[in-house]
Amino acid sequence: MHQSFLTHANKRYLWVGLILLLGALIAYFWHDPIGPPNGGTWLGYTLGSIGALLIFWLMAFGIRKRTYSNRVGSLRGWLSAHVYLGTALLLVALLHTGFQFGWNLHTLAFTLMTLVIFSGFFGVFAYLRYPNLMTRNRDNATRAAMLDEIYELDQNALALADGIDPKIHAIVLRSIERTRLGGGVWSLVAARDDSDSALAGARKMLEARDKKGGQPLTGEPQTKDMPTMFAMVDFLAGKADDRQAEALRKLIDILSRKKSLATRVARDIQFQSLMELWLYFHVPLSFALLAALTGHILVVFFYW
Amino acid sequence: MAERYKIAIVGSGPGGKSAAARAAELGVSHVLLEASPYLSYTIYRYQKGKHVMDEPGVLPLRSPLAFKAGTREAILDAWNEGIEKLKTNVKFSHEVSGIAKAGNGFVITCTNGTTFESDYVVMGIGLQGNIRKLGVPGEDLPYVQYQLDDPDEYEGETIVVVGAGDAAIENAVALAKQNNVIIINRKDEFGRAKKGNEAAILKAIDDGLIECYYNSAPERVDQLPQTARKRMRMILATQNGKAQILCDRIIGRLGATAPRGFVEACGVQFPNKDPASVPAISPQYESNVKGLYIVGALGGYPLIKQAMNQGYEVVEYILGNTVEPADEPLLRDKFKAMPGFTNVTAALEKVQKNVRLLSHITPLQLREFMIDSDIRVPNAGDKICERNDYTNTFFSIVEGEVHIVIDKDKKVTLRKGEFFGEMSLISGRRRSATVLAGNNCVLIETPRRSMNKLIASVEAVKREIDKVFIARAIQSRFAPEASYEQISDIVESAKITRYRAGDMVFTEGEIGDCLHLVRVGSLTISRNIGGKEVILSYVPAGNYVGEMAMLGENKRSASARAAIATETIRLDGDAFKRLVQRNPVLRLRLQAEYSKRTAANLAMQAMPSGGDIISFLIQQGAGEATDILLIDEDLCVRCDNCEKACAETHGGTSRLRREAGPTFASVHVPTSCRHCEHPHCMKDCPPDAIHRAPNGEVFIQDNCIGCGNCERNCPYGVIKLASKPPKKPGLLQWLLFGAGSGPGEAPYKKKKVKEGEAAPEKKAVKCDMCKDLPGGAACVRACPTGAAIRISPEEFPSYAQSRR
Ligand SMILES: Cc1cc2nc3c(=O)[nH]c(=O)nc-3n(C[C@H](O)[C@H](O)[C@H](O)COP(=O)(O)OP(=O)(O)OC[C@H]3O[C@@H](n4cnc5c(N)ncnc54)[C@H](O)[C@@H]3O)c2cc1C
Ligand code: HEM
Ligand code: HEM
Ligand code: SF4
Ligand code: SF4
Ligand code: SF4
Repeated sequence: MHQSFLTHANKRYLWVGLILLLGALIAYFWHDPIGPPNGGTWLGYTLGSIGALLIFWLMAFGIRKRTYSNRVGSLRGWLSAHVYLGTALLLVALLHTGFQFGWNLHTLAFTLMTLVIFSGFFGVFAYLRYPNLMTRNRDNATRAAMLDEIYELDQNALALADGIDPKIHAIVLRSIERTRLGGGVWSLVAARDDSDSALAGARKMLEARDKKGGQPLTGEPQTKDMPTMFAMVDFLAGKADDRQAEALRKLIDILSRKKSLATRVARDIQFQSLMELWLYFHVPLSFALLAALTGHILVVFFYW
Repeated sequence: MAERYKIAIVGSGPGGKSAAARAAELGVSHVLLEASPYLSYTIYRYQKGKHVMDEPGVLPLRSPLAFKAGTREAILDAWNEGIEKLKTNVKFSHEVSGIAKAGNGFVITCTNGTTFESDYVVMGIGLQGNIRKLGVPGEDLPYVQYQLDDPDEYEGETIVVVGAGDAAIENAVALAKQNNVIIINRKDEFGRAKKGNEAAILKAIDDGLIECYYNSAPERVDQLPQTARKRMRMILATQNGKAQILCDRIIGRLGATAPRGFVEACGVQFPNKDPASVPAISPQYESNVKGLYIVGALGGYPLIKQAMNQGYEVVEYILGNTVEPADEPLLRDKFKAMPGFTNVTAALEKVQKNVRLLSHITPLQLREFMIDSDIRVPNAGDKICERNDYTNTFFSIVEGEVHIVIDKDKKVTLRKGEFFGEMSLISGRRRSATVLAGNNCVLIETPRRSMNKLIASVEAVKREIDKVFIARAIQSRFAPEASYEQISDIVESAKITRYRAGDMVFTEGEIGDCLHLVRVGSLTISRNIGGKEVILSYVPAGNYVGEMAMLGENKRSASARAAIATETIRLDGDAFKRLVQRNPVLRLRLQAEYSKRTAANLAMQAMPSGGDIISFLIQQGAGEATDILLIDEDLCVRCDNCEKACAETHGGTSRLRREAGPTFASVHVPTSCRHCEHPHCMKDCPPDAIHRAPNGEVFIQDNCIGCGNCERNCPYGVIKLASKPPKKPGLLQWLLFGAGSGPGEAPYKKKKVKEGEAAPEKKAVKCDMCKDLPGGAACVRACPTGAAIRISPEEFPSYAQSRR
């Protein structure tokens, strides 16, 4: 049955990680070096080597992920180990340093490692949280199906608008041309839009018009910053006849449906990018870490 | 006065035109009548540039016309040239509508009014049937067409699609992207189409993308003058009177009339109503109508080379020459292994004499049967098939004996003339026992398709196999210790009953007077809890239901419903009760099973939402699966690593589509092969390229000819036709030098195939459950989060319980 990478094989790697941690802690407190604890003692060397090996192995995950016919364990098992041992690494490395930080290459390596690990934490968080939200948001449709529907709604809206008034048609067309899904990273992550209130405004105007028995409305419509809706409402307020008002009502329904779909698609994309985005920190940082670590090891061997 | 020829050949497919060419070569008077304006219309209609394959490779070609694998264009050119050079007498656009015996010859009438006379008739009209036209005036106007190759070719036109089947819907939906489409449906719904297509068209109509006239039929089509805005006008009879549609193009997709009716009208008999049956013909291809010969796909030979060889041979036979059939060397090779082999004819006779089942069939059927089959001569003690394997071949014992291992120290011996393997063949499930070879054992091993074809064509074979199946199923399931005499009264009273998907087998609360042993398909067991049907368990083929009523309780405690098309063996209650009384061991066994089931049902009842998951899966057709891919959407991070893994390990084309497919309670059923018990994709595969491996994987072999039948027949849309993508660089090469597309990336787009250029050779591809990868399913192993799993329906109840 389905099993998450966190519970893989009865949390085997959680235990491996804990034992590693415990061992490192015990050794650290039991060990009584000459001078303050640091990377230069025998325990420092040992913990450092363990840490470096772990890092190489954690990086190897990227390769394992791409060798699809590899038979060494399942990818879920690898990720489970990656997550638990990667977390254990934080403490192992910390004990290795003996808390001797400064403005040097060594500390740079450590900092990079910490960043990688914390971005990894965010990744786990994202993997636990967003799939479910995404499923609910999709409500059984695929993204392609939602996009198709939006396209169809647009066509219907255009056809309707065409029957109402050339001006409305032009406005709807412009608004369709302006709808963009996707776009820059930040707009994706932020995913918001404020035409909801505009639609509500238009609907209110329609109701008001009904109350007045189809008479043109007077007074100022309050839709200042929303050009599409403003024009529609303006039109309603002015010269619309009953047939046009009816068509407009339909048009507004279509536009609200489109709106809700567009929001869902935007959210879908947002979730997915959140699940991918962090990897763009995690992976490049891990390469930087690799470089800094290599430097660190070279430095301590040659210049120590 | 009608012209008279020695041989009239109907249909210019590979079979017919090869016959005509041979007659021309020998200077025999002949005429070749072809309904369409083109030679070999079936092949003419293949997709442009299609790579035509010359399977089976081992069979030599025997025809005055050339044929080797190549593009459709090259092959048709070679044939047209050959026909011309041999001065073959072809009459195009002569559709034959009647063939009647007259004196010692035939009178052949065509729809265009011409008639011909001949001494002999060779019929090679294939199985494609005649395309149904609109059947109204104007049906042949230009811009009224009955085929659509590339919907993207048209743009901005008003197009009327007539028809309500899959082809009509697919065309209409594809055309609606760039055109104004109107669909005409004779009925008030689209129930005949596949589910997906039905949903697509209803949605398109709902959205106003396509306009639909229901309960309507065309009455007339008129061409409009050039000055008019549209090319044509269609007059339509609708429920509310007449309507007129102005349009640019009309596409009729009304299916084809199966050729069977026409063939029967010519006096040729078919063995039964089964649409898969083929008319019985002699080794010289002569039908029951003396002088009327049948070649090619119509006679049951669905490949081009076979048809061409038969065309050649049939002319020789008509002239009274004896030719060694082209398959003779193949048969000789097969039989060589048989002890005491002298020649093929003697060997075939021996087979028919020894195996009663095969004595019912004609010598030609036997030849074909043997071409498909293998002769096996195992040593005593060799394993022939193994319990729990998914193989589905059928074995007939020509000589010697075999032992069926029931358990460690109990064996049943089958002897010369008997057969085995019918259980897996019929129920589509694992082998129920291991079979070991005895002394001097000679066996015929026949693939599933040939066996099914035989069962469909020869009533006596079907009857005999069913009888043995029932007896063995009852014995192995209930009374391995009883002798045949002890169970004979139950066997006599047993009946095979058939259910469609969703039919009730029995209902909770009714009096139970029988027991059902599931033979094909599967059942779900449900109870009515608080007014809602709650599914408690799933019963696959090989198991029984209704035993509780045999153990004293006489009311059914739950309902049984067919999950898919299902056949059961219905055992009479009284006879069964007598057996139970005589057989205390059986009673104990039934009781043990009964308490196990009750416990499981109680567990499920405690968790009704589990039943909802099972019903959801059953609705997706999972009841006929043997292994299905499920994704937990609460774990899936949409990384598509599963698809990438599949593509990377399978020649660059992923065989699963993760996103497509329904979801219920976060259980997602992606579009991926389920390795059905009775794979729909297997039927109508001309080269018989789809098989089931011992572990149950349904896979497509390399001899696929790319005809697309399996793609159409699979109800789950998991088969694709794909060409081989360019080779990918190694991991390091890509990482360091950026060569080509990397692992998991889609191959770079190839340019579009130009007119006249050969299209890349396309073959059908589908999931093979990674049977060639030692580690198993790559998609599942590549999922980093554990969202993807593969399970079999037997596990549904425990799966449902694990989801909370
Ligand atoms: C898409 C597709 C791809 C395929 N690819 C391959 C391949 O790569 N290799 C391969 O070996 N096989 C292939 N096949 C199978 C192959 O096409 C058939 O086995 C073969 O065409 C059968 O030949 P035939 O002579 O029996 O009949 P057909 O080829 O079907 O020919 C029948 C002819 O009879 C004519 N006709 C029908 N009724 C009448 C009538 N009443 N009067 C006069 N004429 C009539 C028809 O117009 C037609 O020209 C493919 C099939 C399909 C559908
Ligand atoms: C093969 C593995 C390693 C070896 C041999 C090694 C060796 C050493 C040595 C000898 C020192 C003491 C230097 C000094 O006192 O000036 C040291 C310090 C340190 N190491 Fe490592 N190390 C290894 C891996 C790592 C790793 C994986 C990290 C973390 C990313 C790391 C981070 C540090 C830090 C932050 C210090 C403290 C620097 C300081 O004292 O200013 N080392 N290491
Ligand atoms: C220094 C330590 C680490 C290094 C060097 C490292 C390196 C990597 C690399 C190279 C990948 C492959 C990404 C890809 O190719 O797509 C990866 C993926 C990942 N890492 Fe780390 N990682 C480290 C620590 C961690 C930690 C501590 C966690 C979590 C607690 C973590 C969680 C993940 C996750 C969830 C993935 C994504 C898996 C996937 O979607 O395939 N990593 N890491
Ligand atoms: S391809 Fe389709 S029909 Fe064939 S086994 Fe798979 S799911 Fe079943
Ligand atoms: S089991 Fe193998 S072939 Fe089937 S979908 Fe998964 S990866 Fe592809
Ligand atoms: S590999 Fe797993 S997590 Fe990724 S898309 Fe496939 S099922 Fe979802």
